Amino acid sequence: MSINCLVYAECKDGKLRRVALEALGAARQLAADSGAVHALLAGADSTALAEAAAELASRGAAVVHIADDAALRDGAPEAVQAAIAAAIAAARPDAVLLGHTALGREVAPRVAAAIGAGHAADVTAIVTTGDGGDVVFARPLYAGKAVERLRIAPGAPMVISVRPNNLPPAETLPAGAAPGAVSALAYSAPTLWTTVRSVVRKTTGAVDLAEADIIVSGGRGVRSSDGFAPLQELASLLGGAVGASRGACDAGYCDYALQIGQTGKVVTPQLYIACGISGAIQHLAGMSGSRVIVAVNKDPDAPIFGVADYGVVGDLFDIVPLLTGEFRRILGAS
Amino acid sequence: MNIVVLVKQTFDTEEKIIVQGGTVSQDGVKLIVNPYDEYALEEALRLREKHGGTVTAITCGNEQSTEALRTALAMGADEAIRLEIEPGDDSASLAAAIAAVVQPLKPDLLLAGLFAVDTGSGSVALQVAERLGLPHASAVVKLEVNGSTLIADRDVEGDTATVEVPLPALVTAQQGLNEPRYPSLPGIMKAKRKPLRVVSRIELGPDAAAPATQRLSVETVPPRAAGKRLGGGTPAELAAQLAKLLHEEAKVL
Repeated sequence: MSINCLVYAECKDGKLRRVALEALGAARQLAADSGAVHALLAGADSTALAEAAAELASRGAAVVHIADDAALRDGAPEAVQAAIAAAIAAARPDAVLLGHTALGREVAPRVAAAIGAGHAADVTAIVTTGDGGDVVFARPLYAGKAVERLRIAPGAPMVISVRPNNLPPAETLPAGAAPGAVSALAYSAPTLWTTVRSVVRKTTGAVDLAEADIIVSGGRGVRSSDGFAPLQELASLLGGAVGASRGACDAGYCDYALQIGQTGKVVTPQLYIACGISGAIQHLAGMSGSRVIVAVNKDPDAPIFGVADYGVVGDLFDIVPLLTGEFRRILGAS
Repeated sequence: MNIVVLVKQTFDTEEKIIVQGGTVSQDGVKLIVNPYDEYALEEALRLREKHGGTVTAITCGNEQSTEALRTALAMGADEAIRLEIEPGDDSASLAAAIAAVVQPLKPDLLLAGLFAVDTGSGSVALQVAERLGLPHASAVVKLEVNGSTLIADRDVEGDTATVEVPLPALVTAQQGLNEPRYPSLPGIMKAKRKPLRVVSRIELGPDAAAPATQRLSVETVPPRAAGKRLGGGTPAELAAQLAKLLHEEAKVL
């Protein structure tokens, strides 16, 4: 069985998001040898779109459809949804894939309802048997305390939103292979419901938590909003993001947007450094999928040590700045 | 204003998950109103206090989920509807059923949580909006209604976008939207006399769609084992030891 796929390749600030390449990788897996892989880019910056299209075409998208329209500038979900609908009409896919990002989370369900598809949301693994068998999607339940395996009902179209940082990105085609074609999509903007009045960037230059490779996270132990400063310094040095526990958010030390846990965000970075976080079950659910976990806490009995690969009993205000210094030395030397 | 709030009963977030015979065990588990739905409910009550109107809470669930509706009524919702759940329901079949129940209510505003802390898809409410042809604003942290328009601050991966959307519309609630009230004792007493209707799926007729996904299995994730505990040194020694291990052993730099 081969599955024809359409990938909505999301861009941020004109650049392809990594999760778009992960969705493309998943599409190539589903399409196997005989399915078609199409990709869709939607935006209003022709130069950036052309660059992104070249990258998608070099990584296995047979056709890259470009919707280039002023209506797509602000990321109004209905404008993006209309672009996906136009690309579905052009590509006639069995499966639509996209990242489970802020935009993907609001668009995927609507696309699924519009085309009568099954929606597999926040997918972390895909298993194809390759001999005409089912495609099985794995996704977390209870923020990762359990895993559900599901399939799409036979004959139903699929909408698959993939969790960032979990699936391998599509690889570049071997040397000599012909890249895919790029094609302008016939797009007419729908009546726009959403007027975007303003966007306040609080995360300028910072990495999105869901896509971050390294997260430095603070709990009640940071004691104040200023207490996040050493964590921010370490995160900046490592090119990572700052997160927080519910305790720190409830105490008003930081914005709820930083919260990691069953309420809040679920993250799966390469390295998670928990500073002054005790490790309530609902927090552990949100970060236990990290590859390497470090815990720094004054309380030797804190439950966070039960999941940490490396635990340091000590005061985060002593340890974290010293750790930053050590990393600066290591990174400078290498 | 006629406001409809979608509510789901979920496990308390501090509960451990136990899988027995291929399903998640409900034995002795503390059940709560999904925290994100509580924000939605609280916002509905505040809007009604300001603009007048009614708040209807809808859940899709078994007999036990009536408790979640009683909580909603005790917090101040005017009426509640429990839609029966069927084995094998998924986001598509639930959304179809909920849309069929919501449509005749003709709400000015549909409110729901950003996602439920159990299944975590965040899919049902948006599928309902699509079926009803409603615009939406998702992950909302601040909401105002101004005549026939809503103005919302949305959390977009840490940034804040302020959007305007015409009513009727769906709004999904993100953490930070408000601080939900606790039901008062008089509220709990009054809730017992408020209308709570049960709708069977058969009543909905041909509008109800079949599930489009099928769950094959559920497994718990084995807990992580604790690793190395570094100790017995000065903070500087501990930091140096940790940095070396992360660099050379864990190779995360």
